[in-house]
Amino acid sequence: MSVLLPAMTGLLAVAMLVAAAMTIVTRSLPIAILAAGAVSLFASVLFLLLASPDVAMTEAAIGSGLTTFLFFFVLGRVGGRDNG
Amino acid sequence: MVRHLAAGLLTIGLALAFAALVLGYQPDAELNRTALYYAENTAKDLGSQNIVTAIVVTYRGLDTLGEVTVLFLAAAIVGLILAPGRGAEGAGRRGAPPPGELLTTGSRMLTPLILITGIYVFVNGHLTPGGGFQGGAILASAALLVLLADPGHRFAHRTIETIEGVSGVAYVAVGLLGLAFAGGFLDNRFLPTGRFGALLSAGAIPVIYTLIGLKVGAEFASILANLTETEERR
Amino acid sequence: MITLSLAVGFALVLAGLYGALTNRNILRMIVSFTVADTGVNIVLVAVGWMRGRTAPILDDAVPIAEAAQRIIDPLPQALVLTAIVIGLGVTALMLAYAYRLYSTAGTLDVSKFTELKW
Repeated sequence: MSVLLPAMTGLLAVAMLVAAAMTIVTRSLPIAILAAGAVSLFASVLFLLLASPDVAMTEAAIGSGLTTFLFFFVLGRVGGRDNG
Repeated sequence: MVRHLAAGLLTIGLALAFAALVLGYQPDAELNRTALYYAENTAKDLGSQNIVTAIVVTYRGLDTLGEVTVLFLAAAIVGLILAPGRGAEGAGRRGAPPPGELLTTGSRMLTPLILITGIYVFVNGHLTPGGGFQGGAILASAALLVLLADPGHRFAHRTIETIEGVSGVAYVAVGLLGLAFAGGFLDNRFLPTGRFGALLSAGAIPVIYTLIGLKVGAEFASILANLTETEERR
Repeated sequence: MITLSLAVGFALVLAGLYGALTNRNILRMIVSFTVADTGVNIVLVAVGWMRGRTAPILDDAVPIAEAAQRIIDPLPQALVLTAIVIGLGVTALMLAYAYRLYSTAGTLDVSKFTELKW
């Protein structure tokens, strides 16, 4: 148990940093939105490891669920092309 | 190029400041005085198993009332900004393929289950992790499923507004009842705290969290509905 | 573990800030802001965490008498709960403004909005 928690935290940390880097680097807007949603999802697992189940639930439902869909609704309205 | 350089320099400077914070951070070995008070007195005073819920609903209930107000303002402004662009009936359906049999049946079966899950989450907010905000988000995701399955679907805005208004007024009314019959505004003890760990316990906390759940769910649903009902411009 | 969580949180804040400063597309700026938002929340929750303790819920695993020695600080969690919900409200507001800008100006590129430039 004492090894498992830091190991999982490290894994999540790497996954979140990669996803955040993708958000900035990628040319495609849908991929950036999905990567930001993935950052939120990994963060919600990290909150669970940090003994905060309430925050984990909120982040999973609101941060990664509803926010991503809001972005896609607006993206669908403005036509998905990337303006730089 | 200059812009990237300036942004990079700013980021590096902030990174140095943050690194100093992280390296110099000493975690506490004991709870600080506020946290100790919550840990020792929540069960005795309020009868709520989940201390986070007790803080959100009662100890810092005024903060939560403010938060719900901010959320209401955000939803109202989203509706105001998007109002001129709102299309005629069924504008969102234009260009979208008609929903298939599988999608329609699936969403019809899943929507009540999602609603029940959301209600479970906010009714049990004082016992298990979860509460009004999480449950409200789950309720709104039921609305989201309906919108995804049928983009041309129109919600009854009047119903959503009524749910939101009634639960908001009831939230303040419950707070005033606490002021009249217990220790102060939003005090939960004007109802009996009951047996520790039972569903109907912790005084007014389940009532308040149910109202918050309905209000938050209605607000999120109205934001989603407003964003989908805007006219498509291409 | 707590140092790692703090470092990740700050790294996400920096990544989001850098993205918001260097991108020209308004939607990409908003996406970067949500990443920074998540980073701030991770930092706040990590500050409340303590080694070897459990979540602040007084069920069978945590008797009331031992609560002070067994649970972590509940206050940062309550604050972050608020912060996440307000974060969605702010994001929705920013997206609505971005949509209005698009429908009046026909573009999302901030360098095209030159009305206030001199």
